[in-house]
Amino acid sequence: MNSVPLVIDVTGINKRFGDKHVVRNLDLQVKQGEIFGFLGPNGSGKTTSIRMLCGLLTPDSGQGTCLGLDVLKESAAIKRQVGYMTQKFSLWDDLSIAENLDFVARMFGMKERRAAVELALEELDLAGRRHQLAGTLSGGWKQRLALASCLLHRPKLLLLDEPTAGVDPKARRDFWEQIHQLSAAGITVLVSTHYMDEAERCHRLAYIAYGTLLASGTAAEVVASQKLHTWQISGDGLHGLAERLRQLPGAELVASFGATLHVSGRERARLQASLEAFLQNTSLTMASVSPSLEDAFIHLMQGSQDTFGS
Amino acid sequence: MNRFSFSRWLGILIKEFIQLKRDRLTFGMIVGIPIIQLMLFGFAINSDPKHLPTAVVMADPGPFARAYVAAMENSDYFKIIGSVDEREADRLLDRSAVQFVVTFPVGFHRDLVRGKTPTLLVEADASDPVAVGGAISVLNHLGMEVFAPDLPGIKLPTAPSLELRVHRRYNPESLSAYNVVPGLLGVILTMTMVLMTGLAMTRERERGTFENLLATPATPVEVMTGKIVPYILIGLIQVTLILLAARWVFDVPMHGSLILLYGMVLLFICANLTLGITFSSIARNQLQAMQMTFFFFLPSILLSGFMFPFRGMPEWAQAVGNVLPLTHFLMLVRGILLKGNGPALLWGHTWPILLFIAAVLALGLKTFRRTLD
Repeated sequence: MNSVPLVIDVTGINKRFGDKHVVRNLDLQVKQGEIFGFLGPNGSGKTTSIRMLCGLLTPDSGQGTCLGLDVLKESAAIKRQVGYMTQKFSLWDDLSIAENLDFVARMFGMKERRAAVELALEELDLAGRRHQLAGTLSGGWKQRLALASCLLHRPKLLLLDEPTAGVDPKARRDFWEQIHQLSAAGITVLVSTHYMDEAERCHRLAYIAYGTLLASGTAAEVVASQKLHTWQISGDGLHGLAERLRQLPGAELVASFGATLHVSGRERARLQASLEAFLQNTSLTMASVSPSLEDAFIHLMQGSQDTFGS
Repeated sequence: MNRFSFSRWLGILIKEFIQLKRDRLTFGMIVGIPIIQLMLFGFAINSDPKHLPTAVVMADPGPFARAYVAAMENSDYFKIIGSVDEREADRLLDRSAVQFVVTFPVGFHRDLVRGKTPTLLVEADASDPVAVGGAISVLNHLGMEVFAPDLPGIKLPTAPSLELRVHRRYNPESLSAYNVVPGLLGVILTMTMVLMTGLAMTRERERGTFENLLATPATPVEVMTGKIVPYILIGLIQVTLILLAARWVFDVPMHGSLILLYGMVLLFICANLTLGITFSSIARNQLQAMQMTFFFFLPSILLSGFMFPFRGMPEWAQAVGNVLPLTHFLMLVRGILLKGNGPALLWGHTWPILLFIAAVLALGLKTFRRTLD
């Protein structure tokens, strides 16, 4: 199993900003060529973790390597081999697409700069818009440009911080197609996201909340680790039932999925009994389903405490 | 149409106050600027400077000359720093070490006693005409009564007379343009250089592009210097435009070396750029960078000797003014353009600027490193 080398291998990483402990004892192992999903609620320390991995921030404590380089001491060398896409569009609005790419290529000191820029424009279908100012692009095009710019110097590792926020479904799909192609070509991708469908496209996942890594593994492993049993309730008149279902003994989690409700809990027999009693005199039906990733994540989120508050 | 709603209006008012309260720097500036600047400038500025340093060239030391010198000092406008020879007096004027040189000619005493009219030569450094105006008019009214009639053993004619010849050196016609135009050089450079660089860095941070820049292998030195150089060029263009206008529109004399002048301009630009970059690493957004610039700009204009004569300020205000690069730059520019000073005479105003650069740079590098993390 360990024949594939680890691209990211860090243990016990901590970061504080003032009295806020933003990342606690983070352990993360990402294999080469893997698409690794980084999930967690807003403000959970995802962005800080990614910034520490690419050398933008220095961890307060901890150790490890990124691309075989020490994350504490060799951040300059790491930067050269990592492509980092920021959460907020961070290219220059008042430069054109081609000028932006050219600038980034210069920053990385690329030898065949012009050729690399041309190739990037070609590959991402940006050639027709090369003279357009980046600030006037729509969300999807901005994202394409940002990806092109962080691929320009042929990085071995891509760190993408919520790359598809505010992008339409078609562009999102194209984007993920490309991520998979890159992964097939041996590039490692660490991507943070809020979308469940995107999480399911990742080879492996980690879930972080309030600075602490709560679960990691494949999607199936993460779901299994929560030991949840889920029933799907369907039928007419589901509205307003969620609150009452939540009060049932054994129900830990109620979430709506389209026209159905998912009720989950760890004590299978107890939950089943109380659900059956509840539904006795109604026209609603219940069916045992396997818990989804979203069920698992919401369960994880409920279980973690907001240690940042107050 | 929607009617004016008092509660809506009040809501906006409250929100505005809350936001104002959160923006500490703006709040500080709103309260601090008027108080500090009022105290500073209210006490510091005086357009009728007194106690101007004056050297005496005494070719005929006699009781009348001594009495005249004493009367000058008593007028409060002159501070006699001592008696020197003619060459030294010239040097003192060139170095701006004195504002006036008063020369008592050979035979001053004898001529007065015989009822002739001796000529008293007063050379004034008129590169800033305002600074000498008050003192010269006092001199004109310094009447003959200074020669006390009861000086033992000396008999004065009934109406002793004295011719006062005033040489306004460096600016014989007292044209304010001679003073203002070279001064503007410094003021405009201060304004644009500090502001432009201050905004250049905060703009990156405000738009989030700074993060992208930091994710590349670019080093802080590369980023800082790479951002500075374009503004040095802009500064040099501004200087050239002002100098061309000074020469061809305002007829400002240019006695000194232009190469030397550009050298000093570069030094001054560096001082302002370092300050701008430091502001931009302290300021959180462009507005704050702008506020800091103005906080620096006002004393630069008022306490440097640009707007009001430097020697008119009390000592503590001169001490504040001496920290500002503009104060020294004004002396350098006037020294080169109007007096034709060479490098040897300029050192006294060069090192304070160098010191300023070193101090601000140290502060800037310290804050820059902090913002990387």
